[in-house]
Amino acid sequence: MNEPGSIQLPQTILPERSEATGPVVEVIKPPSIIRSFLQSKSSGKFADGAFQGMMVVCAMSIFFIVLLILSVLVLNSKLSMHTFGWKFFTSSAWDPNVGDFGALPFIWGTVVSSLLAVCLAVPLALCVSIFLLEICPQWLRGPIAFLTEMLAAIPSVIYGLWAIFVLVPIMRDNVGPLLQKYLGWTGFFGGPNFGVGMLTAAVILAIMIFPVISSISRDVMKAVPIHQREAALALGATRWEMIRMSVLRNARIGIVGSVILGLGRALGETMAVTMVIGNHPDISKSLFAPATTLASVIANEFSEATGDLYVSALIEIGLALFIVTIVVNAIARLLVWAVTRGNSARAV
Amino acid sequence: MGADIRVENLNAWYGQTHTLKDINLHIPANHATALIGPSGCGKSTFVRCLNRMHETNPIARAEGTVRIGDIDIYKDAAPVEIRRRIGMVFQRPNPFPTMSIYDNVASGLKLNGFRNKRVLDEVVERSLKSAALWDEVKDDLKKKSGASISGGQQQRLCIARALAVDPEVLLMDEPASALDPVSTAKIEDLIFQLKSQYTIVIVTHNMQQAARVAEHTGFFLTGTLVEFDKTHKIFTNPSDKRTEDYITGRFG
Repeated sequence: MNEPGSIQLPQTILPERSEATGPVVEVIKPPSIIRSFLQSKSSGKFADGAFQGMMVVCAMSIFFIVLLILSVLVLNSKLSMHTFGWKFFTSSAWDPNVGDFGALPFIWGTVVSSLLAVCLAVPLALCVSIFLLEICPQWLRGPIAFLTEMLAAIPSVIYGLWAIFVLVPIMRDNVGPLLQKYLGWTGFFGGPNFGVGMLTAAVILAIMIFPVISSISRDVMKAVPIHQREAALALGATRWEMIRMSVLRNARIGIVGSVILGLGRALGETMAVTMVIGNHPDISKSLFAPATTLASVIANEFSEATGDLYVSALIEIGLALFIVTIVVNAIARLLVWAVTRGNSARAV
Repeated sequence: MGADIRVENLNAWYGQTHTLKDINLHIPANHATALIGPSGCGKSTFVRCLNRMHETNPIARAEGTVRIGDIDIYKDAAPVEIRRRIGMVFQRPNPFPTMSIYDNVASGLKLNGFRNKRVLDEVVERSLKSAALWDEVKDDLKKKSGASISGGQQQRLCIARALAVDPEVLLMDEPASALDPVSTAKIEDLIFQLKSQYTIVIVTHNMQQAARVAEHTGFFLTGTLVEFDKTHKIFTNPSDKRTEDYITGRFG
């Protein structure tokens, strides 16, 4: 120990100097009008306040719009609600002639077709985004990315037409028999296969939501800093290990976000699904069987709905779709929250 | 000319953590003052409290009195007004990558609607000269982006950007820690030159740097200001045992 007053300092600490060692820089003050100009400017309190107020109004309009939609749906489906009560959501009946309505087959069709579509689309979309970011040669990157985004811009009725003329025959003659042969034992691929049905609808939905998932997850992965990749590579990770360790881990919350967006689109998709799902309100174990969704029954039957109860029931179907979308999204968010809880690592 | 800074009973929190505890300090005008201390001791938080940058983080909070010249910055003025009078240079050079070198330097003035082209040209040239960068960039002022020059040049560009608004105080948060020794020496020379005209507060991990550029040095430890004195006194005859331990390298 040193006694106070006789501290042994490293020699280098105190190169006392009175002049700069480098080239002498001329320190010139900016003209004094600068300071007076800046001090004459307003504090920005008013402008910032106005800006903030405007933003709040815009943000609040979201609540307003949602409430408006919800109230219209609820008000116009009152008759159906009074007639069927909660049974509306658990009943499988759909008989306009007798006036007996239930939403269960439609809810089933919407949820199952959307979840199937997400299961099909996510691996494909992630592979495409990983390929584009990490593996793809530079010259090919632009075209593939462009085409992916093009897919998102095609109107859904075009997808429907394409599905009727191309996808349905393929599902009927090629894919269907194969599935029946090798996976028939699961029971999911039994019964007659007409080409139109749940599975075909899921496939066309998957194709439709794939560009959304792919382009958003690609942006998220791109935002993972280079030094995170280098950290993994420097540990001797292979390319795949690096992607798993750095890219996917860091981007996982954003990737789930992209999947949720895709799911949202799948739940509400109407046209293409209506054209190939078969429109039969039945809950069947077989994915070959025709089914129907909340959106497609509204599209199919609204214009020819006769009688107040029928119209009211269709509007309640709309309400059911609204609720299903919210519930599914909430579950997805809860999943994200549960996975990332207590983990401060952020996505982007 | 620069303004002096009087800090009274400054406390700062980051979430639940009490990161600055009762700081009292007088930083004289037109001198360089260095703040040293181990990582996480609160010295960065302290300089960020001097231009109210600390509170831009939603979970952060500061209380106390900070007087810059004759203005109590937590009472008398809006943060925007304060920051116009105080320049800040960060640890990592952060020029605006989408702006040219010229626009980077002019950004503080353009932001406030300063349109006089002749004065602007003059200010950009003077600021770049003061930051010892003029000769290196004068031919590409409007051609090159602020991010296309080297790291050391970028940091001097950031200093020029801070000087262009003619601040009264220049805050520097480890301005040379991401730079090579040559660039570091240039920045230090610059501080040495600039301190005759501006009040400079510099946070540094490098004690030699503190000794080279600053007249006064403050030593922070776990959120408290342990000692504040003439740099020479701090490094040769500190009054506090903890300061002595730190500068002789026994911990931290």
